[in-house]
Amino acid sequence: MPERPPSNPDKSTAPQRARPHSVSDLFWSFTWLALQGFGGVLAIVQREMVEKKQWLTREEFVEDWAVAQILPGPNVVNLSLMIGDRYFGMRGALAALAGMLTFPLLIVLVLAAVLANTADIPGIQGALRGMGAVAAGLFTATGIKLIGALKTNVMGKLACTLLAFGTFVTVALLRVPLVWVLLGIGGLAFAWAYRQIGQLRAPQGAP
Amino acid sequence: MSITLHTADWLALLGHFLSLSLLAVGGAITTAPDMHRYLVTQQHWLSDAQFNSSIALAQAAPGPNVLFIALFGWNIGINAGGGVAAGYHAWPYAALGVLCAMIGIMVPSTTLTFAAARWGHQNRELRPVRAFKQGMAPIVIALLIATGWILSANQGTLATSWPLWLLTVITAVLVWRTRIHMLWLLAAGGVLGWFGWV
Repeated sequence: MPERPPSNPDKSTAPQRARPHSVSDLFWSFTWLALQGFGGVLAIVQREMVEKKQWLTREEFVEDWAVAQILPGPNVVNLSLMIGDRYFGMRGALAALAGMLTFPLLIVLVLAAVLANTADIPGIQGALRGMGAVAAGLFTATGIKLIGALKTNVMGKLACTLLAFGTFVTVALLRVPLVWVLLGIGGLAFAWAYRQIGQLRAPQGAP
Repeated sequence: MSITLHTADWLALLGHFLSLSLLAVGGAITTAPDMHRYLVTQQHWLSDAQFNSSIALAQAAPGPNVLFIALFGWNIGINAGGGVAAGYHAWPYAALGVLCAMIGIMVPSTTLTFAAARWGHQNRELRPVRAFKQGMAPIVIALLIATGWILSANQGTLATSWPLWLLTVITAVLVWRTRIHMLWLLAAGGVLGWFGWV
């Protein structure tokens, strides 16, 4: 009698990658995650796309996020557009974009119409402050969780640490405009990564 | 606040957002200073209070922060339709304002992103494309942590608003180490703030 191999479907890496079933799946997935995103959607995108649905690995997420960040426009909207395009082309991109914007837009307009007639309630101000502090924590935690994706980076641990540290200091503490940080530190990083990839591809060329 | 907008003004409004769209690297919020200069200081289409409350409301509401642009359009439309006092009679103007603002800010940047990201994905094995993505990884991760820092710092210094900082740190640790749903955390932050505990 042939011995059955121990099946462990939860732990084994599935040969078939998880992906959205349909264009409407994309629309509702992005609607749902946009509606959870108070004070910024990115933390939710990371949790839903990488940890729950597993449409993207942590490394793919960081790469896509880099592209979404450097191109003009709202970052999470760019990201949704890119993910939608990858699965269903232009239709997918538009569905993801519509999901990200439609219901949040309606909600924010209703809020604006309602709040125009109500006086300032101190409790509302306080609640916004508390939610803002939580949103700050969400961003920080998302960044910390993604650090693991740097393990496989071609630039190596030391270069990644220096680049990340330099970015944090110039943006958070010195408040240098983002464009200059991307051009300066980003340029350095690009040059170093370009060199490292060349060395990986042609190891016999190294001294 | 009540203003009069002619067709040329509506087109100018659309044009302003179209022209800023491709400059919005790092998110639409980076162009807010220029919008303030044009919409509030130069044209007087929007009051200072409306400008600030639009940004605060979009931050607090669910969804991408870019919706503050929609609120700019909404408020300008309300002003053009006779102000808040006009009630729902101003809503068609407000809807037109939302359309001008969102089409203007979204169409150029999303078109570029669509084309560039598609090209990048098709050529993902090219050395410059790989170098770009690998090189940017530590930078965008640091930018996320920096965003958390800036949001905290905007709320006050560690000495004066330590309860808020503490709430931020606890949230970060919980999200990092557990799978607790983020909506619970936001609700908890809202309740703590409502009662004035943070």
